Amino acid sequence: MVSAEFSTVASDLLRWIPLIPLCATVLNLFWGRAWGNRTAGGLACAAVGASFAIALYLFWQLPANGVLRDPVYTWIESGLFKVNVAFQVDALTAAMLLIVTGIGFLIHIYSLGYMAHDEGFVRFFIYLNLFIFFMLLLVMADNLLLLFVGWEGVGLCSYLLIGFWYRDINNTIAGNKAFIVNRIGDFGFILGIFLLVTGLGRQGVWTLDFLELQKHTELLSPAMIGAITLLLFIGATGKSAQIPLFVWLPDAMAGPTPVSALIHAATMVTAGVYMTARLHFLFVLAPATLSLIAWIGAATAFFAATIALTQNDIKKVLAYSTISQLGYMFLAVGMAAFSAAIFHVFTHAFFKACLFLGSGSVIHALDGEQDMRKMGGLNSRMPTTYWTYLIATLAIAGAPFSAGFFSKDLILWEAFSRGAMILWGIGLITAGLTAFYMFRQLFMVFHGEFRGDDHAKAHLHESPAVMTFPLVILAIGSIFAGWVGAPEYLWGSRWEHWLQPMFGAVAAQESSVSTEVLVTVLTLAVVAVGFYWAYAKYGRAPAKGAPSAAEQGFLYRLSLNKYYIDEIYDYLIVRPFTGCSRFFAEFVDPRVIDGAVNGVAAIARGLSWVWCGLQTGNVQHYATGLLVGTLALLAYFLGQS
Amino acid sequence: MNAATVIFLILATLLVISSLMVVFLRRVVHCAMALVTALLLIAILFISLQAPMVGVLQVMVYAGAIMVLFLFVIMFLNPGVLEQPSVAWWGLAVVLSVLLGAFLVPLFSQYEPGDNPVTSTELFGSPDVLAKSLFGEFVLPFEIASVLLLVAIIGAVVLAKREHGSDGAA
Amino acid sequence: MVPLNYYLILSAIVFSIGVVGVLIRRNLIVVLMSIELMLNAVNLTFIAFARHLGSMAGQVAVFFVMAVAAAEAVIGLAIIISVFRQTRTLDPQNMQLLKW
Repeated sequence: MVSAEFSTVASDLLRWIPLIPLCATVLNLFWGRAWGNRTAGGLACAAVGASFAIALYLFWQLPANGVLRDPVYTWIESGLFKVNVAFQVDALTAAMLLIVTGIGFLIHIYSLGYMAHDEGFVRFFIYLNLFIFFMLLLVMADNLLLLFVGWEGVGLCSYLLIGFWYRDINNTIAGNKAFIVNRIGDFGFILGIFLLVTGLGRQGVWTLDFLELQKHTELLSPAMIGAITLLLFIGATGKSAQIPLFVWLPDAMAGPTPVSALIHAATMVTAGVYMTARLHFLFVLAPATLSLIAWIGAATAFFAATIALTQNDIKKVLAYSTISQLGYMFLAVGMAAFSAAIFHVFTHAFFKACLFLGSGSVIHALDGEQDMRKMGGLNSRMPTTYWTYLIATLAIAGAPFSAGFFSKDLILWEAFSRGAMILWGIGLITAGLTAFYMFRQLFMVFHGEFRGDDHAKAHLHESPAVMTFPLVILAIGSIFAGWVGAPEYLWGSRWEHWLQPMFGAVAAQESSVSTEVLVTVLTLAVVAVGFYWAYAKYGRAPAKGAPSAAEQGFLYRLSLNKYYIDEIYDYLIVRPFTGCSRFFAEFVDPRVIDGAVNGVAAIARGLSWVWCGLQTGNVQHYATGLLVGTLALLAYFLGQS
Repeated sequence: MNAATVIFLILATLLVISSLMVVFLRRVVHCAMALVTALLLIAILFISLQAPMVGVLQVMVYAGAIMVLFLFVIMFLNPGVLEQPSVAWWGLAVVLSVLLGAFLVPLFSQYEPGDNPVTSTELFGSPDVLAKSLFGEFVLPFEIASVLLLVAIIGAVVLAKREHGSDGAA
Repeated sequence: MVPLNYYLILSAIVFSIGVVGVLIRRNLIVVLMSIELMLNAVNLTFIAFARHLGSMAGQVAVFFVMAVAAAEAVIGLAIIISVFRQTRTLDPQNMQLLKW
């Protein structure tokens, strides 16, 4: 419900936030190569920086309970149905804007160093800026259709950037996988949009604007709302890598590490969470869907965490970790705790980006090595990377007073206080698993003895400042970003307060401060267990590496092979589908369709063969034909008279 | 059955016989001769139909000039080999032509016998009257026909001219 | 007075005979002569009608038919000569270059 003192302020500044990166994209597209890496990269970073500055300015300008609006132009106008290209910034959008532009800016700077020796440098920044443009379109759209345009656009940029090193066909395949799996989700999304438009349209209201939709929810039947929200959520599972459409995210690690950090950790994958928060007024009216979302979120969080336990590729661990943390966000959405979900988006952006960029730093130092079994002992050789990585790991595990601590605990508390005990339990165990696999990674990469070859050892170096500077900023964020959302018994949540006018007051849960503290302590205990277990297996000298093939138990292998989910999908879905396609391509198309078309031609040719026989070249035969025709005419006229 | 009818029937029979000879005789020269006969018979029929001028023209132009031309060409080309007729083809052609006749005859039988002609003056069909029509009412076709004849002459000369290096007969 | 349809029937018979000649003879000159026969049959029809209707138009038409027939015979014979020079035969069955 929108509160009474809602205010709308018009501001022409809004359109520049997405437009500046778009201009940079176009400029670099035409002249980037001519200008050279320094100028092109600088332009790209400056563009995102400018957007960040404007976003920051707008953040201060934002009315306490209202929106900033910028109608740019009318896009579709068909009878009563009207869709504009128009931007809208409220508290939720402002939060997302700061994340996208702020973290985006840091990652752009990082990429200046990471991609410095890549021949596709300019192309990378073109794609990256284009992505920022679409993401901004997504979060600033004032209607569902424009949001979907941004949604599709980020999917496109994700595809382009995953398959960035296209000369290796595996990267292209990974890009295809991401796009196709997303598309399956988008199918649900589109159906949801259709259902929404027609559902309201039948009652005479033709609109997709969020503010308008919010006013007219009572026009839809509960069954309709349930169907719409379910379909929209299917889209979210695709984009935000939940069960069953998460399989693209681990493969997406084929892209350059800044891409993994920006797109597959901080921004694009959170679009699903943003969308549900944006449409919260619909989702709260569909308790069945919310319940489903919560269960899928929790299941995904647990499931992905169990896979991350055994992975040996540094980026794959982080990928599954991202899927797991996204599960937490959806768990919060399922509890209708939207501001908690967005809060976790916020903190997660900091520490996950820091982790990814740190891993990029390691990969860069080891000249492309990503297998953790060949790492170790890097803490002395790469101190900045080590310390920032340590801070981020503490944050994601939920160490006290780090950003992850506040956001994750809030989610667990929301689940507990609403009585969803099983979900809370799953979340709790997952927190322990998170601690385990993150510290396992930390120990394997940075502690103990270096397990790689001598050539790599000689090559080891700390990354240049252009790469370590963003790491430091993000690490600081990983600690302090969560402090805006502290629970009541500490110093209160400014975050909650800020987003409250949007989402409505959180239903006051009758519970004491002590219960809350108890839950927090329980969480910390589980985290500590996870930490200790990792330390025992991987941290203590002599550090044991990963178990060899003989030592691997059944569960270990199951986890290492990601429960064979790709193989299962391949068998159950991909193969029948390609079989069907092959049937159509090899049988129906050449034999039936081409056969019909060619058959028509063959019939025509056959008929003309018949008539060909008449063309003997003999004049007297032709004269006979004339005679026959004349006789026919005569017979006709004789018959008439 | 008066005398005119009898004479007509005799002429008609002879005409039909000579036509059949034109079509069915094997040597070309014989056919040409039969055709001359047929043309002369038709000229007689014209004269009996009060078209004396046209009848005389028929003899002069058709039997005289055109047939002479035919004979010239026959002698010029002198085809040696006699042609081999094909029975099936002959059968079909005869059948079709009989059909044609069978259609035309009843068509033409519709006219009532014994209608008196509208005018039957002595001058009808004479050179005077023919000339008056030709240079009066039909002067345009007359002029066009003369152009046509000119074109025909030029065409014939061009077509039949012997090419350099070609080995024409005679 | 011979009735009109006698002449018409005669003309039809001669015309049909001419058609037979055109279709079956394998000598181009005879084919041309059969065509002349057909034209003459038509001339007979014209003159018969001219007398029957009392109009000179029929006789004038015959005049023109004769002129055209002359021109046509001349051209036809010139073509026959030309063709004979190429193919050394007068058999239409041997001139089937326009076969499909």
